[in-house]
Amino acid sequence: MILSVTDLTVSFGEVRVVDGVSFSVQCGKTLGIVGESGSGKSVSSLAVMGLHRNASVRGSIEFDGEELVGASPERLRSLRGSRMAMIFQDPLSSLHPFFTVGEQVAEAYRLHRRTSRKAARERAVEMLAEVGIPEPRRRAGEHPHRFSGGMRQRVMIAMALACEPDLLIADEPTTALDVTVQAQILELIARIQAERGLAVIMITHDLGVVARVADEVLVMYGGRAAEHAPARTVFAGPAHPYTRGLLASVPGAGLDRLVAIPGSPPSPQNPPGGCRFHPRCPSALDVCASERPALLGGGHKVACHLEGALHAVRH
Amino acid sequence: MIGYLARRIGAAAVILLVICAVTFVIFYVLPTDPALAACGKTCTPEYLARVRAEMGLDQPVHTQFWLYVSGVFAGREGCGFPCFGYSYQNALPVWDLLLDRLGASVSLAIGAAVLWLVAGVGIGVISALRQGSALDRTLMIATLTSASLPVYFVAMLLLLLVVRVTRILPYPAYVELTTDPVAWASNLLLPWVTLAALYAAMYARMSRAQLIETMAEPYIRTARAKGLPERIVVGKHGMRAAMTPIVTIFGMDLGGLLAGAMITETVFGLPGIGRLAYDGIVKADQPVILGTTLLAAFFVVFANLAVDLLYGVIDPRVRYS
Repeated sequence: MILSVTDLTVSFGEVRVVDGVSFSVQCGKTLGIVGESGSGKSVSSLAVMGLHRNASVRGSIEFDGEELVGASPERLRSLRGSRMAMIFQDPLSSLHPFFTVGEQVAEAYRLHRRTSRKAARERAVEMLAEVGIPEPRRRAGEHPHRFSGGMRQRVMIAMALACEPDLLIADEPTTALDVTVQAQILELIARIQAERGLAVIMITHDLGVVARVADEVLVMYGGRAAEHAPARTVFAGPAHPYTRGLLASVPGAGLDRLVAIPGSPPSPQNPPGGCRFHPRCPSALDVCASERPALLGGGHKVACHLEGALHAVRH
Repeated sequence: MIGYLARRIGAAAVILLVICAVTFVIFYVLPTDPALAACGKTCTPEYLARVRAEMGLDQPVHTQFWLYVSGVFAGREGCGFPCFGYSYQNALPVWDLLLDRLGASVSLAIGAAVLWLVAGVGIGVISALRQGSALDRTLMIATLTSASLPVYFVAMLLLLLVVRVTRILPYPAYVELTTDPVAWASNLLLPWVTLAALYAAMYARMSRAQLIETMAEPYIRTARAKGLPERIVVGKHGMRAAMTPIVTIFGMDLGGLLAGAMITETVFGLPGIGRLAYDGIVKADQPVILGTTLLAAFFVVFANLAVDLLYGVIDPRVRYS
């Protein structure tokens, strides 16, 4: 495992945004983290990168055998951009408007590898070519606003991968893009992943994206893990009512009509007691309002009282 | 680009012409008679008429205006290009007076600009990086106070404290840079501080707001995600974006000050353009008022143009066509 996160808790003051979440990824594999906005999926990944500002992080984040919780900021900084990298949702605002894309791609490489300006520049052109930007040498000298949305995300990917990291965290990388461009970006990530044996964490609210790329899926709700299993298992037989609700609300999922999950996500300041999904759950029991369900199961983990009971009966 | 430049310079010329015309008309409708003043106490009607004719005041106002404008561009008899007329007070060419006074005003403006840029941006950055801290709040209260105090009050206060009470410095007497650089600087120190106190306060508040806004941008998060050290994240990625609007405002402020800071120069007795304009206004000296007004307008208009052109260089998203 290149990354193992155990019992991760992230809080801002009194507010727990992520509450006891565990996951891991190995090289060449993709973990999909799915959830609504506010489910804690982005905060978890920022914590892995050490980019959680003003937040307190507890639990364990082990990267290639090294514990990152409590590691010095300097150590985290030296890992960021060199061994683990991240790309973001909106590639235009995530690129600096005043520097050329060549400079921006070269910057991290030059810093982490201590190369000359010229060598870093060559590396940037090479990376831009690798992510499929035509005429990379000429385009390296242009500014981000001259690129289309898909091309900008390619630039972000080139920037993230310039130092050949082991782990790539992609936070909603295709959300801001056209559907056809989405597919190209996902294919690009998959191709580079296959070539380099990269571990990928794909954070998204789009189950279509997860179905396409993920080997394993972690469904998050209200800062906690709801369901965690191999992707095939989740799509073949979603066990948590929330996951079932998510699948039913995806167009083209084989259902006759789309079903919305009633209600809205829980507020992190004042989350419901017991199972956080119980106010919106169609099959909630009395116990769901009072007891927090544990994440149970071997290969297919679910945090649901209903499933827990069935599980106990089956064994 | 060349077409754009030509249009902008043409527009600037029109603006200057309009300012000149407005100043001319204002002066024309004023109930003062410079001929009467020049004629002296023992003035006979015949002598007055002769003086008036010599000064060109017997001509209709549009003829006077035309003579003036053509004089500026082509010179006229007995007054070479660029002719801004002669002062009513001492019959010296206004252009020579302006040139003579320009050194003091430019010295004042540039020295103050260096001070306020360093102090203002420095304070703004420190405050922004420690947003909400006790230091930040103290600095922001101090800058608000400094920006609220009138220039003449700060000038008087400095004169009182530094010159009268503690006698650290003598009363400023302008010395040219080429004569004695040390005396030049020490005599300009109080005027510099006076002007800089006002502008530094405004620049500190602007830089703070700009940097705080920039540091919340997603591209700053990208810079951190790349593993850049914080000094590069702030110093390169943050400052590059935060300072861009400051540069444009700085250009215009400096342009406005190059043609004289009337109050500061008057309080400190600096022989600059602002002081010249003040004396011209007090004595109803039309050619001097016109000359100083046009020079100030020229600096402002061209500072604006320079800033607009510079913006295309510093912000790659702006390109002129």
